[in-house]
Amino acid sequence: MLAHIERLGERTLYFVRDLGRMGIFLVLAIRGIFRRPFRFGAVVRQTRLIGANSFVVIFFTAAFTGMVLGLQGYYTLRKFGAEGALGSAVALSLLRELGPVLTALMVIGRAGSAMCAEIGIMRNSEQIDALECMAVDPFRYLIAPKFLATIISIPILTLIFSVVGIFGGYVAGVLLLGVNAGSYFSGMELSVVNKDISMGIIKSFVFAVLVVWICTARGYLVHEIRGAGFGAEGVSRATTQAVVLSSISVLVWDYLLTAILL
Amino acid sequence: MSNPIIQFESVSKSFGRQKVLDGVDFAILDGRTTVIAGASGQGKSVALKLILGLLKPDSGRVLVMGKDIARMRGRELNELRMNFGVLFQGSALLDSLTVFANVALPLEERTDLGDGEIRSKVLATLEQLGLAGHDDKYPAQLSGGMKKRVGLARALMLHPEIMLFDEPTTGLDPEKAMEIYQLFLETQQKFGYTSVIVSHDIPKIYNLADQVIIMGNGKAKNFASPEDIQRSDDPEIREFVRITMGNIYLSRDLENHYEKSKP
Repeated sequence: MLAHIERLGERTLYFVRDLGRMGIFLVLAIRGIFRRPFRFGAVVRQTRLIGANSFVVIFFTAAFTGMVLGLQGYYTLRKFGAEGALGSAVALSLLRELGPVLTALMVIGRAGSAMCAEIGIMRNSEQIDALECMAVDPFRYLIAPKFLATIISIPILTLIFSVVGIFGGYVAGVLLLGVNAGSYFSGMELSVVNKDISMGIIKSFVFAVLVVWICTARGYLVHEIRGAGFGAEGVSRATTQAVVLSSISVLVWDYLLTAILL
Repeated sequence: MSNPIIQFESVSKSFGRQKVLDGVDFAILDGRTTVIAGASGQGKSVALKLILGLLKPDSGRVLVMGKDIARMRGRELNELRMNFGVLFQGSALLDSLTVFANVALPLEERTDLGDGEIRSKVLATLEQLGLAGHDDKYPAQLSGGMKKRVGLARALMLHPEIMLFDEPTTGLDPEKAMEIYQLFLETQQKFGYTSVIVSHDIPKIYNLADQVIIMGNGKAKNFASPEDIQRSDDPEIREFVRITMGNIYLSRDLENHYEKSKP
C-alpha cells in the first residue's frame, strides 16, 4: 500500500517537474527568437525543411480529404434535397476545422517527429553541451529557427490545404457527381465570411506553437525522461511522446479554440 | 607555486538516490596539467560538467577563476565559458555542419571577425592539426582520430585559458592515441593553457600529469605524481593501483632517469 502511494507521489512529482521544465523551455525559446545575432539563413533552411518539403504530403492529404467531403456531403445533402449547399459545407469544414487540424497533424508526422529526433540525438551526443560550452545559446542557435520556421509554415500550409481541399470537393461533387459548378462556388461565397477564415488562421498559429514547442522540448529534454535515460531508447521514447502529446494537444486546443471563437 | 584556477569546496552531487560526489575538495592549478582518474561511474565526468556549469552541485561550491559558477547566469556565465575549451569524449561535432563550419562556429558566434579573417584562421588551424583538405567533409565521413582533431581545433579557436579533455583517447587505437597526446603537448606548448584531463588511459596518461586526482566512492584524492599514488597507504588507492598500474609503473621522468643511468 505504502509502495503504491510512494509511486503515485513520485509520478505526481515527475509530472509537475516535467510541466515546469516544459514551461521554462517555452520561455527560453521565445527569448531565443529575439536574441541577436538573428539566424536568417537557418530560418530559411528550416522553413524549407518544415514547410516547403511538406507541400506534397499536404497537397495529397488535402485533395483526398476534399474529395471525401464532396462525396459524403453530396449523399448526405441529397437526402434533404440540398446538394447546392455542398460548396459551403466543404469550404466551412475545411477552413474552420479540417484544414488547421489535419495540416498540424501531417506536420507533426512529417517534420515534428524529425525535429524531436534531431534535437534528441544532439543532446545525447553532447552537441548541445558543446554549444553551451562555446557560450552559444542553444535556444537562439538551434530552437529559435525551428520555432520561427514552424510558425511561418503551418499557417501557409493550412491555407494551401483549404484551397486544395475545396478543389478536391469540386472534383468529387461537380466533376464526378454532377453538382452544378455555379451553385458549388456561389453557395461558398454566400456562407463563408471573414470570421471563418480568421478562425482557421488563428487556430493554425496556435497549433504551430504547440507542435514546435512540444516536439523540440521533448527532444531537448530527452535526458530527463523517466526511466529512458540517454541513448537510442531515450530518443525513441521522446519522439513517440512528442508525436502523441502534440497530436492530442492539437485536438484538445481545437475544441477549446472553437468554443472560444465561435 | 601556481595559484588554483579551479577549486572544489565540499562539493556533493547525487542523481536520484545515488551519491556520486560526497564532499569533494580539490584544486586545479593554473598553467598545470591535472589528470582526473578513477573507475567508471565514480564521478569524473560529473566533475567536468560541474566545472563547466552544465550541472549544479547539491551542496558546496565550484570556484572557477574565483567565481562560484553555479551562481552565474546569462552573459556573466557566457563570458566565463569563453575561457574554456572542451574536447568531448565523442568530439560533439555538430553533425549537420562541415568540418570548416564546425571549427568556424566559435569565431562566427563569439567574435566580430569578418568572413575572410575567419576563413584564413580556420584553414590555418586545420592545417596545423593535419586536417588540410578535409574542411568540406561532414563529421560522419571522418575517422575517430580525425573527429578528435577537429574537436580540438574547434576548442582552440578562441584561445582558451583552460582546456578540458573528457576521455580524449577513448575508442582510439594506440597509434591514434599517441597522435592525440602529441597534439596535446604541441598545443599546450603553443597556447599555454591549463589542462584538465579525465581519462581511463592509465598509466600512460600520467606521463602528461603535473597532478593526479583519483576519484572513488564519492571522494577525490590528490597526488603530486604517479609514484605518490603507488606509495599511498590508502587501501582503496592501493587496490586501484593494483588493478590499473601494476606494482612497477614508473613515470616518464623516472624511466628516463633509469635509462640514462644504465651502463
